[in-house]
Amino acid sequence: MTDAFPNAVSVVALAPLVALVGALVNGLFGRGMREPLAGVLASAAVAVAFVLSFVAFVAYPAGGDGYRYVFAEFLSAGELTVDLGFLIDQLSLVMCLVITGVGFLIHVYSIGYMKGDPGHARYFAQLNLFVAAMLVLVLADSFPLMFVGWEGVGVCSFLLIGFWYEQRANADAARKAFIVNRVGDVGFLVAMFLTFKVFGTLDVSAVRAAAPAMAYGAPALTAIGLLLLVAAAGKSAQLPLQLWLPDAMAGPTPVSALIHAATMVTAGVYLIARTGDVFAQAPAAAATVAWVGVLTALVAAVAAFAQTDIKRVLAYSTISQVGFMVAAVGAGAYWAGVFHVVTHAFFKALLFLGAGSVIHALGGEQDVRRMGGLGKRMRVTGTTSLVATLAIAGVPLLSGFFSKDAILSGTLTSSLLADSGGPVLFALLLLTAVLTAAYMFRWYYLVFAGEERLTAEAKAHVHESPSVMTVPLVVLAVGSVLAGYLGIQAFIGRNLIAEWLAPVTAAVQFDHLSLGAEWALVLASALAAAAGLGAGYWLYHVDKGRTVKRLEPTPAAVLARSGMGFDAAAQAVLVRPGESVAEGLAVLDRDLVDRGLAAPVAAVPLLGRLMTLWQTGYVRLYALAMLAGAVAVAAVALIAGVLR
Amino acid sequence: MSVPSEYFVALSAVLFGLGAVGVVTRRSAILVFLSIEMMLNAANLAIVAFARQWTVTGGVHALEGQGAVFIVLAVAAAEVAVGLGILVAIFRHRVTTDVDQLAEVRA
Repeated sequence: MTDAFPNAVSVVALAPLVALVGALVNGLFGRGMREPLAGVLASAAVAVAFVLSFVAFVAYPAGGDGYRYVFAEFLSAGELTVDLGFLIDQLSLVMCLVITGVGFLIHVYSIGYMKGDPGHARYFAQLNLFVAAMLVLVLADSFPLMFVGWEGVGVCSFLLIGFWYEQRANADAARKAFIVNRVGDVGFLVAMFLTFKVFGTLDVSAVRAAAPAMAYGAPALTAIGLLLLVAAAGKSAQLPLQLWLPDAMAGPTPVSALIHAATMVTAGVYLIARTGDVFAQAPAAAATVAWVGVLTALVAAVAAFAQTDIKRVLAYSTISQVGFMVAAVGAGAYWAGVFHVVTHAFFKALLFLGAGSVIHALGGEQDVRRMGGLGKRMRVTGTTSLVATLAIAGVPLLSGFFSKDAILSGTLTSSLLADSGGPVLFALLLLTAVLTAAYMFRWYYLVFAGEERLTAEAKAHVHESPSVMTVPLVVLAVGSVLAGYLGIQAFIGRNLIAEWLAPVTAAVQFDHLSLGAEWALVLASALAAAAGLGAGYWLYHVDKGRTVKRLEPTPAAVLARSGMGFDAAAQAVLVRPGESVAEGLAVLDRDLVDRGLAAPVAAVPLLGRLMTLWQTGYVRLYALAMLAGAVAVAAVALIAGVLR
Repeated sequence: MSVPSEYFVALSAVLFGLGAVGVVTRRSAILVFLSIEMMLNAANLAIVAFARQWTVTGGVHALEGQGAVFIVLAVAAAEVAVGLGILVAIFRHRVTTDVDQLAEVRA
């Protein structure tokens, strides 16, 4: 660990500042700007941030163990001292590149998508603010500063979900996201308290350095790990805190792409990868992380099947894919988790932007039952969405295949999961991969292929989006294909991303697989994709959806449509008891506090009436009173003088 | 030796007391005014008496007392001008200067 002397790498420290300046300029002066200016400024700010990140990435010495760049003391109390500083290493640089790179494309796309919206300057200000907060989150060298970014992205998420706040449902969705995230935040805070108690510091690097010296499986580490999992579950929408993400689709679609798919929801994955040294010493916590991830992936994949909103399918898909990432970091395959963050950022951002392009083209239609056949009318959107669909389905040679395969083999061979059902996790993930391919086929088929089911109004409206929107789609499609080659399994070629991240991620033991077994795994994941796509093809193309239609009224389908009943459960277990308590307190307030205060309140006018007796209106009485007062004052002064 | 200061102060106190009694007992606004003037001048008398005493015992030729009296006189003159103006205005409306009749502000 080197304290960074200002050098080429440290320029990335300016990236959050640039984005913040963009947010301030748009936030303060955006109202007066003409239409594309705010968007261009915001995109330029993120472009500069991307260039800074890229310069730092190029200048960064391979195999280095990170630079610390401390600006000032953040806070100091007793034994606790926290620096305001950035930790620039392989992990934070990868995250910076994803955030600013994908972020830039989404900013550009937004110029087209938000065209004509009266609040576009506010939109771009908030989007830039989000980028700034996210960069602070990934660059922070201490947990408190990371928490600043953590809360910052939460606030931006809240603001942007409720961007069209005039509609009650949007404002409710924003509040729901914020409140559910608070649960995770409590986990983060308590994890920090415990970290300070155990390690005596909140510096990320110091904690990472100290963790391996602790006893393997120490209860304190397990507790910290579980609390960090709570934090990660909130931000990354993992069971049981995944409730907020489907509703978060109330925001503008590019927001869903950037915040609720590509970057913010991966913050939990980043947090666990960052603190991997703690989890590597706490197998129970790591296994819990993996189980939560796998179950989330499975549950959300099932729920994704029954959704009819073009964005909600993708929302559940995001929950499911983030579940894959969480499973990876739970297994200790930190590079695989981060790798999936990268590939997922490309293809999921692309899917959302494609969905946005469709919604834009149909004039606001979001129901897939009134779509279909759009591939012919929207060539670029259709083709790029197909690429993304195949990538997320895990079709070989596209990016999702490589990262998903890495995660599968990680769960199977991890020593952290050896006693906690690694093979079961593997099997469940493989099943989820099949489901993923199938529901993504359904999504693509219902939107872009098959017969047209457009309303007449939408049919008149449909058109390919302008190039300011389609060019980002194409760039993301290229990324969705190529990003996978960063992480080719080591037995085939050179695993660039694993090598790159190795110096800064915790070393976890993995069983060595024979070459045959490795190939069998690759084959299994390819077969999973094929099976899923094949099932989808049969259900929706060959069978024309007849079986699906028959299954629709069954309780299982209804359950899946409701997101597996988690919302109803939360309503019954949390919301309704909460309301009852509130009503009880309201009774207390009304009958005890209010009644209790009624008597003193009634006494006040009485007192007032008493005082009015003095106001006779007789000047001579007033004069007499004045005289008496003056005499009294004089008397007091005299007596006091005599006494002294 | 001239008249001792105590005499002046005693006279001032008597005048002040008469004035105060006048303010409280008289009902005619004019006479109330007159009484107020008497109280003011009682105070003035006390001030010049003390100023003179300061010169006699301290040997300092202090002018602050005299200066203060002039200010009081000037302010009193201004106050009389305003006050009489108000009185005239009230008299035009009410055809009386009895202060007990002017009691509308009673609660």
